[in-house]
Amino acid sequence: MKAWLNARTIIVALVVAGLLLLPVYTTLSGNVFGLTLFTRIIIYALAAVSLNLIMGYGGMMSFGHAAYLGIGGYAVGILAHEGIGSGFIQWPVALAASALFALVIGALSLRTRGVYFIMITLAFAQMAYYVASGLARYGGDDGLTIYKRSDFGGLIDLSNRVQFYYLCLFCLLGGVYLVWRIVNSRFGMVVQGLRSNERRMQAIGFPVNRYKLVCFVISGTICGLAGALLANNTDFVSPASMYWTRSGDLMVMVILGGMGSLFGPVLGTIAFLLLEEALSQFTEYWALIMGPMLLLIVLFARGGIDGMLGRMRRG
Amino acid sequence: MLLVVEQFLNGLQFGLLLFLLAAGLTLVFGIMDFVNLAHGSLYMMGAYFAATFVVWTDSFILGCVLALGATLLLGILLEFVALRHLYNRDHLDHVLATFGLILFFNDAVRLIWGPAGLALPLPPWLTVPFQIMPGVYYPAYRLAIIVVALVVALLLYFVVMRTRIGMLIRAGASNREMIGALGINIKLLYTLVFGLGAALAGLAGLMQAPILTVQIGMGENILILAFVIIVIGGIGSIRGAFLAAIFVGMIDTLGRAFLPDLLRQVLSSSAASTAAPALSSMLIYLLMAIVLVVRPEGLFPAGRR
Repeated sequence: MKAWLNARTIIVALVVAGLLLLPVYTTLSGNVFGLTLFTRIIIYALAAVSLNLIMGYGGMMSFGHAAYLGIGGYAVGILAHEGIGSGFIQWPVALAASALFALVIGALSLRTRGVYFIMITLAFAQMAYYVASGLARYGGDDGLTIYKRSDFGGLIDLSNRVQFYYLCLFCLLGGVYLVWRIVNSRFGMVVQGLRSNERRMQAIGFPVNRYKLVCFVISGTICGLAGALLANNTDFVSPASMYWTRSGDLMVMVILGGMGSLFGPVLGTIAFLLLEEALSQFTEYWALIMGPMLLLIVLFARGGIDGMLGRMRRG
Repeated sequence: MLLVVEQFLNGLQFGLLLFLLAAGLTLVFGIMDFVNLAHGSLYMMGAYFAATFVVWTDSFILGCVLALGATLLLGILLEFVALRHLYNRDHLDHVLATFGLILFFNDAVRLIWGPAGLALPLPPWLTVPFQIMPGVYYPAYRLAIIVVALVVALLLYFVVMRTRIGMLIRAGASNREMIGALGINIKLLYTLVFGLGAALAGLAGLMQAPILTVQIGMGENILILAFVIIVIGGIGSIRGAFLAAIFVGMIDTLGRAFLPDLLRQVLSSSAASTAAPALSSMLIYLLMAIVLVVRPEGLFPAGRR
């Protein structure tokens, strides 16, 4: 059997094909709910992919990744509120704001290690959360409703569910491709080397912190894009999208799917959100089952879904 | 002047409460190297237990004692069933597993006690205002919190620094294998430490309960504050946690009390009332960021490794 033909690649191919064909099914069956659900899943998957870049490959455990979701979202929301509806302005601003935020907090946070890094990224995200709740002009705690989605001048209509779905899917696949290219480049090799042994990399002569910072900024920028998509998807942005439990959700998605695997976070996000959706249909108290399930996954299924698929190949 | 004294005492009271929470967290973190996000859930459970037992027993003191015992048992049970299998995993696994526990506890509480918050009424003898200075009155209950928390803090310091069990705890923190090799039952020690941390969290929760509403998610905000405190203080350091807790309690309380008036000098009154609470919450995280940038290991590193 060819080396690439294993459980992992088959599952990935099936999932990608399924995502590509989903609108066909939902249009034929008129299942609007399924389409919006998967649009949300795809957007979160993009955020998880970006988190995986620093967490899985770079070994930087950011507990504040939801901040970028909020920043990207608020960039779109605030500009729309001020009457600038063009996506050609909104989206670059969203990306630039996220990149700038990542640059500043990355430069400060990367001075710390381990648990301290987890906590300082959390602190910065909480700061962003409180800034957003203090923005009286833009809704404060209650959030900001976006009355008109980003306007791309007839190029693409974001109000059309199918078109928006494909745009999100395009962004996700683009994000995965970008991460794949980064990870296999010289830059990515250095970053992965840093994860394994930072002191050795430093001794070889790499400017350690600069590599980490660039990786951190790239990840934050991709997540900012997810934030801009999310704001357009919900027509709403609120401080709650930056709260620390949301960062926790993102971490869970990545770990569930398998850290440091290219497609793992996508599988993890699909599993997490579908499970949440299914359990909440079945019982109001879905977290009662979800919580212990996470505990069991940590205890018995190391390496997440991707790890399980990897074991299937060998076993 | 009156307001300043009152807010100062409020800050002290909140700081001491935060210390109770942070002490358990820093012990578990420093000694077992275990990140326990579910610590806030134990705080919440303490408050819910108290609200239930006080009504059952019709006695505030007895109810609180029962609640304390219940939280201790819950902590030990939790450690025994799940968490002890995670000690030699990395921090990320701890975060994930205990994040799952938060989800579980929140929904379990919603199932058992319902989504509405509970109130824990104070007995009459604790509601009288207490004269601390001529002409300055302060609620007796808040004063009681200060006293109880100070006593517990002293007791904790005494246990950790002056008794045999405290010596074992400190030894366990500096070298886990060595103390095991010397014939100490390290597993039992860990269970005890975790139970102690849970009881402290429960105590903080039940003491806070009459002041705030007992509600789902009450543990989450304060958990993050407790983490901020142990990071500022230096992980594993009780002394650092104490100072950082008082500091954070003061900043939070005084910021909430006086920032709105300060901001009104420069902003319109409605903008100030929205911005002030956000700004005072931010101050704490700003403080933590500054501390970590200047001293990446916290103010009082516990000196491990």
